[in-house]
Amino acid sequence: MSTATTTTELVETKKSGGLTGAAANYIDERTSISTAVKELGRKIFPDHWSFLLGEVALYSFVIILLSGSFLTFFFSASMTPVEYDGSYMPLKGVEMSAAMASSLDISFDIRGGLLMRQVHHWAALLFVAAIGLHMLRIYFTGAFRKPRELNWVIGFVLFILAMAEGFTGYSLPDDLLSGNGLRIIDGMVKGMPLVGTWISFLLFGGEFPGEAIVGRLYSLHILLLPAIIVALIAMHLLFVVVHKHTQYPGAGRTNQNVVGYPVLPVYAAKAGGFFFIVFGIVMLMASLFTINPIWNYGPYDPSPVSAGTQPDWYIGFADGALRLIPPGLEFVWLDRTWSFNILIPLVTLGLFILVVLIYPFIEAWVTGDKREHHILDRPRNAPTRTAIGAAGVTFYAVLWATASSDIIATHFKVTMEGVIHTMQFLAIVGPFIAFFVTKRICLALQKKDREIVLHGYESGRIVRLPGGEYIEVHQPVDEYERWKLVSYNDYKPLMIRPNSQGKITVGQKARAGMSRWFFEDRIEPVSSTELERSHSDHH
Amino acid sequence: MTTISTPKQTGGRKAGRRSPLASVALIAIGLLFTGGAYAAFSTSTASAETNAASQQTVGEGQKLFAANCATCHGLEAAGTEAGPSLIGVGAASVDFQVGTGRMPMQLNGPQAEKKAVQFTDEQIASLAAYVASLAPGPALPDASLLDGEGDAANGAELFRINCAMCHNVAGAGGALTQGKYAPALAGVTEKHIYEAMVTGPQNMPVFNDMNISPESKRDIITYLKYLDNNPSPGGFALGALGPVSEGLFLWIFGLGSIVALTVWITAKSN
Amino acid sequence: MDDNSGKDLTAADSSSVGHEGAPAGTAVVVRDAVANPGFPPHRPRVTDLNPSAERRAERTVYTLFYLSIVGSVFAIVAYMVFPIIPEEPDSVRLNNLFIGLGLTLALLAIGIGAVHWGKALMFDHEGVDERHPVRGSDETRERAVEIFHEANVESGIGRRTLIRNSLIGALIAFPLPAVVLFRGLGPQDTNPAALLEHTMWKKGTRLAIDPTGTPIKASDVTLGSAFHVIPEGLQDLGHGKLEEKAKAAVLLMRLKPEDINEPADKKDWSYDGIVAYSKICTHVGCPVALYEQQTHTLLCPCHQSQFDVTNQCEVIFGPAKRPLPQLPITVDSEGYLIAQSDFTEPVGPSFWERN
Repeated sequence: MSTATTTTELVETKKSGGLTGAAANYIDERTSISTAVKELGRKIFPDHWSFLLGEVALYSFVIILLSGSFLTFFFSASMTPVEYDGSYMPLKGVEMSAAMASSLDISFDIRGGLLMRQVHHWAALLFVAAIGLHMLRIYFTGAFRKPRELNWVIGFVLFILAMAEGFTGYSLPDDLLSGNGLRIIDGMVKGMPLVGTWISFLLFGGEFPGEAIVGRLYSLHILLLPAIIVALIAMHLLFVVVHKHTQYPGAGRTNQNVVGYPVLPVYAAKAGGFFFIVFGIVMLMASLFTINPIWNYGPYDPSPVSAGTQPDWYIGFADGALRLIPPGLEFVWLDRTWSFNILIPLVTLGLFILVVLIYPFIEAWVTGDKREHHILDRPRNAPTRTAIGAAGVTFYAVLWATASSDIIATHFKVTMEGVIHTMQFLAIVGPFIAFFVTKRICLALQKKDREIVLHGYESGRIVRLPGGEYIEVHQPVDEYERWKLVSYNDYKPLMIRPNSQGKITVGQKARAGMSRWFFEDRIEPVSSTELERSHSDHH
Repeated sequence: MTTISTPKQTGGRKAGRRSPLASVALIAIGLLFTGGAYAAFSTSTASAETNAASQQTVGEGQKLFAANCATCHGLEAAGTEAGPSLIGVGAASVDFQVGTGRMPMQLNGPQAEKKAVQFTDEQIASLAAYVASLAPGPALPDASLLDGEGDAANGAELFRINCAMCHNVAGAGGALTQGKYAPALAGVTEKHIYEAMVTGPQNMPVFNDMNISPESKRDIITYLKYLDNNPSPGGFALGALGPVSEGLFLWIFGLGSIVALTVWITAKSN
Repeated sequence: MDDNSGKDLTAADSSSVGHEGAPAGTAVVVRDAVANPGFPPHRPRVTDLNPSAERRAERTVYTLFYLSIVGSVFAIVAYMVFPIIPEEPDSVRLNNLFIGLGLTLALLAIGIGAVHWGKALMFDHEGVDERHPVRGSDETRERAVEIFHEANVESGIGRRTLIRNSLIGALIAFPLPAVVLFRGLGPQDTNPAALLEHTMWKKGTRLAIDPTGTPIKASDVTLGSAFHVIPEGLQDLGHGKLEEKAKAAVLLMRLKPEDINEPADKKDWSYDGIVAYSKICTHVGCPVALYEQQTHTLLCPCHQSQFDVTNQCEVIFGPAKRPLPQLPITVDSEGYLIAQSDFTEPVGPSFWERN
């Protein structure tokens, strides 16, 4: 079946009538949908596994909306104390908030209710994880470069909103675990200078815990945050359509084309099918694996707490940052309390988030490159960017791991103090080590690519020459494979030059310094001249 | 798990499943193989307790003590540099420490670890009788407090307030300072749970009868046995460690399998 | 090359932005770059060459779709066959498991079937789309500028500065009432910092066991004990019980008196080795409830702050700074433990107004 026939058939049906044709005609005359089909129906999407990560996030969000809607039918966002009288025996007669009681009812008295709760929660964890992985793919391939800088920002805001959605949702059942989580938020907020006490007071509607917070978080969780997320997702996808998708370097692919499968039918089948696959995996996890067993945690009460009190994974880095602070960083100055044990993590994480948010603009400023980039970088071909990314990932990972310091201690039979001290060391030194090692690995890989292009693969076949010399035969690389290895952007450090007034500005110096840091170590792509020379050497 | 596969528990209050007949049979089998044996065992220790004064048992225990414990705890059990005094710790303490294999300690670590029990039940009873004869202390619990037939809801609440901060709300255990830890409670016998509460082994605080009444202790045991006997309604509990294990599982299994599938989806078909 | 980079950068700063001729910054423009070899030859699939493989793939796809229907039906059947029986946690597990597995099959089978269809049977020649610069064409941009210019002229927004500025002022002012409205999130006429200064404890309040509210006699607290304590009467509070408990929760411990180092001014705050400390962490407020009775260390399970009970609960590890506040206690005539007063400092996490 060729493309042409499919199109004609489509037009045929429309013309020749029939039920489908009549329906299509009816809709088109009222919506002009044929224009959309014409524009988008055969739009090309490149195929690569890493291009599906954003879809995982999108699909998890759809799953969250579906399962969440079901949950709202039964959940009662009220902190009015009630006596639990549901099916779960070990909580019978216990006083708890209506929110907790209704969450238990969803779990124990509504068929499929627990399943939906677990689907919702697993999908939420997946949502944030998929966004994170998607962002790493974007970062390490340089997909944030012009013209996609703003879409990076939108995506990053979505990441933050997803965490906010997660945290507000996690707090809704008003169980012991999430209540202690809110307690920590309250403590952090109170530690903020000037406004902290008031923010906490307004947030909780009086003193912690109050009877307001669950209802307020519920409004955010099911109304405000989802609305913003849906709007931003729409913008995010609109930009994907406007920019057309990036593609990895490959034979025949250029900065002016996009190569892949059309939306209809192949991409629709794959992407549509993939939705069901993601849903299926989430469903499988929900049917086999417990998540957030609120019945074990019991209702929130300010006095008890559980060993291993941790937030969901995506808040872990913030919890870890709190744990890493050494003792003694709190002072009374000017008759006011300055809680640096809270401010340092807050400011550090704020800066970290800010740097990630504006990274595309930093790199654009350093390179001064104003061209559009639609061909992705292989991570090795941007060694400094990749190394910065590895350093950032290491920093994040150390904070994240620190959030489970107690569990690391019990499961690896080490002391929790040792774990914390190690993590304190790693949080500072680890990123530097990661930067250095990653950069060297990238450069080494680039050198290897050059070797392969110029001399071919090592075939493992040893041949003895007539002169008695042994050599390994090298398998030359074919031109399509070679193209992937030689087609990349290369930058040189910026030379400082006086501007039109004949002055060298501070900005210019900073920029030159950054540029040198980025590009002083560079491996040039193989040029055709080099290639010819190497060929003549071999033959 | 079913009644059969959890030894040392006395029949199941929650054993009823589909068919009432099946549960009767299960209880019967359970009692026969495990509960029965346990009941017999606990009566024997109880009687050992009542006859604790029996000079023969005490003498037996003193010999065992001299041979196995005196190096650290001193010949008169008054304690040395290496081990605390055992005067007044009571039979319950000995039964817990020796009955769970924590004593005798093999090597000095942050805390005595649970390991294979080194003595027979009779030997443990003799040791307990000997230590109990030195000074009054917490005695072995009465079997009626260990039946797991108390109020699980009350037990759960008390567990959350008094125990969960160290042992985790689901009894999965947790970390303490300097490499010490609160052990997991799954599968610990009713008697040992009770003894731990009254004696406060190692760094665990003592929960005397004025703090948590014997009936309340029975409720706590009932709750822990409820957790033991009823697998998590949501499916595998992932160690009941909370968000950390959930997060790891999501990244490794959830996202891992989805990424594997993305590779399949975008791979060129043969 | 160096010359090139410097010049390009100057250009980069200027406003001339175009797609083709956009400045490349410090990018190296390789004159003798290897040429793009063009698309590799298309490689047909087994299903393109072998009709029986094609039929097999077709069979797989529709079998999967039928299997999905089976899964959906199974889920519906499971809904009915595995009802939830009150007080039977196992029934919840089976309900969850079987409905879930049915749905899993229904979903995965559709997904895998559709993808397999797309991969093995649909036309698999890749297509090529042209890219165009994201920026609008020069013509479009000129027209856009023109439209703004026309709008400016026709409205006079640039000319009638008073109108413009007053409008900007109005737009800035109008959301301000909304900010004021948010004050209503917390009770009016209340100073939050003042609330944090006091707890429910006062002179003579008996120490009671959490959650029963039974008062505690000093003689009940044996060596090595840890009692989780609330003020007597807390359980009778209707409204605001949790708020009071969140400040008043106390941990009561008994140590050997000789193990406790007490400064002179706090000598009478303990009773015969019995000490009472706030349970609310001075870091961010988790209950510091883990008491190690041999090392006399209190540990917070949230961020691992450690407090030394023998030394006024000073911090020995972790992010907390201040010691846990001590509740001064004594006994009344009946031997019950009572508070001598409220805490002498605010409990719980630090806050700005605290000094």
